[in-house]
Amino acid sequence: MVILQNKTRRLAIARCLVAFGLIVFAPYVSYGQTPNSCLDCHSALPEPLGVTQEKFSQDIHAQRGLTCVDCHGGDPTSDDPDKAMSRKAGWKGKIERKQIPELCGTCHSDPAYIRQFNPSLRTDQLAQYHTSVHGKRWAAGDTKVAVCTDCHSVHDLRAPSDPRSTVNPVNVANTCSRCHADANYMKGYSIPTDQFAKYSTSVHHDALAVRGDLSAPTCSTCHGNHGAAPPGVDKVQNVCSTCHVFQAQMYEKSSHKAAFQSASLPGCVVCHGNHGIVHPTDAKLGTGPDAVCMQCHKPGDVCDQARAALLTDLGRLDEAINNADRVLAVAESSGMEVSEARLAQSQARDSLTKARVSVHSFRKDLMDQDIQSGLSIAAKDLQAGQKAMVERNYRRVGLGMSLIAIGIVVAGLRLYLKRIES
Amino acid sequence: MSPLRNVLHWLDERLEWDDLIALLRKKTVPLHRLSYWYFLGGITLFLFVIQVLTGILLLLYYRPGANEAFESVQYIMTQVQFGWLIRSVHSWSANLMIFTAFAHMFSVLFLKAYRKPRELTWISGVILLFLVMGFGFSGYLLPWNTLAFFATKVGTEITGQVPFIGKPTMIFLRGGEDVTGATLTRFFGFHVAVLPGIATVLILFHVLLVQRLGISVPPRLELEWSANPSAKREMKFFPNFALRELMAWYIALGVLGALAAIFPWNLGVKADPFAPAPAGIKPEWYFLFMFQTLKLIPAKVWFIDGEILGVLAFGLVGLLWVLLPFFESDHPSHLKRITGLSIFALAYIIGMSIYGHLAK
Amino acid sequence: MPTHTQDIANAGDPLSSPLPRRRFAEVLLGSGFLATAVAFIYPVLRYLVPPKASDLGSDAVVAARVGDLRPNSGKIFRFGNRPGLLIRTASGEYRAMSATCTHLSCTVQYRDDLREVWCACHNGKYNLDGRNLSGPPPRPLEAFDVQVKGEEIFVRRRREA
Repeated sequence: MVILQNKTRRLAIARCLVAFGLIVFAPYVSYGQTPNSCLDCHSALPEPLGVTQEKFSQDIHAQRGLTCVDCHGGDPTSDDPDKAMSRKAGWKGKIERKQIPELCGTCHSDPAYIRQFNPSLRTDQLAQYHTSVHGKRWAAGDTKVAVCTDCHSVHDLRAPSDPRSTVNPVNVANTCSRCHADANYMKGYSIPTDQFAKYSTSVHHDALAVRGDLSAPTCSTCHGNHGAAPPGVDKVQNVCSTCHVFQAQMYEKSSHKAAFQSASLPGCVVCHGNHGIVHPTDAKLGTGPDAVCMQCHKPGDVCDQARAALLTDLGRLDEAINNADRVLAVAESSGMEVSEARLAQSQARDSLTKARVSVHSFRKDLMDQDIQSGLSIAAKDLQAGQKAMVERNYRRVGLGMSLIAIGIVVAGLRLYLKRIES
Repeated sequence: MSPLRNVLHWLDERLEWDDLIALLRKKTVPLHRLSYWYFLGGITLFLFVIQVLTGILLLLYYRPGANEAFESVQYIMTQVQFGWLIRSVHSWSANLMIFTAFAHMFSVLFLKAYRKPRELTWISGVILLFLVMGFGFSGYLLPWNTLAFFATKVGTEITGQVPFIGKPTMIFLRGGEDVTGATLTRFFGFHVAVLPGIATVLILFHVLLVQRLGISVPPRLELEWSANPSAKREMKFFPNFALRELMAWYIALGVLGALAAIFPWNLGVKADPFAPAPAGIKPEWYFLFMFQTLKLIPAKVWFIDGEILGVLAFGLVGLLWVLLPFFESDHPSHLKRITGLSIFALAYIIGMSIYGHLAK
Repeated sequence: MPTHTQDIANAGDPLSSPLPRRRFAEVLLGSGFLATAVAFIYPVLRYLVPPKASDLGSDAVVAARVGDLRPNSGKIFRFGNRPGLLIRTASGEYRAMSATCTHLSCTVQYRDDLREVWCACHNGKYNLDGRNLSGPPPRPLEAFDVQVKGEEIFVRRRREA
């Protein structure tokens, strides 16, 4: 009996301690977590009502201390669904697509409010959205167009700088393509659905998604993000010139600018395309399937002749560089040291790049400067390579003579040995 | 007396070398089917002398130090008159010397020239072989290019695997935890001072022993000749064998020159310690058989880490190799055993080297 | 073994042998030794003479001479295996940096109108310390140290540990 008493006493003390501990430490355990009864049920529900704690913890709003009720309303402290999701408590229910932009805008267009969280975050997204094609159609009652959650995701919304975010530059094209590449979804709209397919073949996609060069453009770079709209036929070159400055400057001063403008042709896009922009080759100036000039010009006219001249010049420089490269490669593989000439070759290649840029002026005289400097460098490098080959041959001749001398010694030794041993 | 004779007489009065010269005149070389193998030792010595001479010439322009080494070698290859020749001869001769050292060791093994009384010659020779490989390992790093840098990294890493002494040894070799400019300085010191010093002493010892003990003859022939002295065939060392050796040396020189001129040693790319290792790093060919063996050992053998086991095994084999003459006796079955072992060793080294070369 | 009386008579004089082969072997040997000696010693002697182009290592390079650059101008020079850019600022001081753009490796240039370093390929801009300011370049250009000694302007890589 004594033992039992002791045991009982110990149990009782233990229970007291646990209860005490829970009461004292409970606030600390739930520190940082505002009471959220919504997830208690909704984490167990299937789609589309299901939102797990794990998913929601990824959301940037959750990380800032906002919860379900901040958008959906209701009473988060109650475990009773009727009380939690009562209209009296402000519950809004499922937010309709039509209501989403304005809902997000209640906070995100309020600079004073956003300042509390991130003072440098912009607050003009809703205003921009109203100017976009999506926004205008939304205002006209179209519920198929993109609203905030279509691009930014919901309940696991991440900051754009997060590589997993749907609006991180690397992922933007994929996000846009969810609608814009879906032919079924886009039925009824008059725009094509091949942009994503074309973009995926482009040099910009390769730079951004494959090489990770975040300076490369994606859909939103040229179209805008919240104020997304096509640039407009006469404004296309402004977009391209943000990065491709030199080409734009040349084009601006060229004959084609005025011509394209008066014909309402979209500038750069005429020759380079808009979404499927691949690395241009000299064949663009040619007469084959990739040729662009002959789409407008007639064979034999003065422009055709100019085109041919430009192509010839570029070809000449390209060949000179390749020629020098070949000789240098042979010299190098024979063991000659030609690193100085190799370095100069990169300058020759720079000249070729510059010449290709000055094509956009459509003037042979402007291109000539770069062509000539490139040719002279390539010629010097070719000379260096040839000199190296001469030196190489000189070495071989020297080797040959030494081998002959050695042969004489060996023969002499043999004869001498034969003599003294006979 | 002719002027030459006067000079020689003057020297003899002060050096008292007449009896030495008389001894050298008497030196002979046994003649038999396998006599050609006797050239290998001399060729190895000759190539060592070439290494010393070209090495001294390279020292005039080479700069040890991570930021200057590569450029100084580039300078030698491109700016210095015939620098390409001196450097390429040095690199080719190094590889040739390691090859002839191995061949010399194996020919001694198969001709059984390590038996009494030549045990010390064998021991000094095997240690010289290890030194020569050390020369190769330390010299390879000196141009400070990518391949050399990573080969050194891997090689010293493997040394670090040995239990207890491995890590301190690795830190001693590297001059720190990692391969850095300090490693380069240290390897340079090993390559031009420490190893040459030890090697010179051992070579003198080795050659002296060969002179004193004479050149050995395979056991079967020995028996034959002791039973039938008139069957013994010999050649005088001076001038007959010496002139033949001179021929061999000249031919070796011709081969070296051709290799240097037609296949100059390349520079590579300057080492960048922060760049990732290029794929498929392999050591130089003379380490390939060990490297490949280590790659083939499973990760764990019982409870021992596979690589450690491999390193220890090679260490043990090396030690036993040095002590090989003491496992030899005149008992015919023992002789056959060591011959069998030698054939296995040769086949293993050749096979593993080829495998290592072909493997990715 | 001498068999002719002539040989016995001339036995002591090795040079007057009537046998042409003896002479031939010796002449061959002698000329061979001489030729090989020349073939070996000539390169070594040439090697011992220091070349004219002094070896400063890749650490230091003479980029230009004083007076080559006007204030507010730039010049491309060779630094090891890569191009370098030497700038003389408007106030007269020298700056040097790698000229390989950190975006797609085009060669940059100094723009005297912008007083900045500019890359013609995609409009990347760097300031005079080499730090990337705008456009695609993700990293700064490696800056070098400049020292003027006498008439020559030396550019050397910044020492690292």
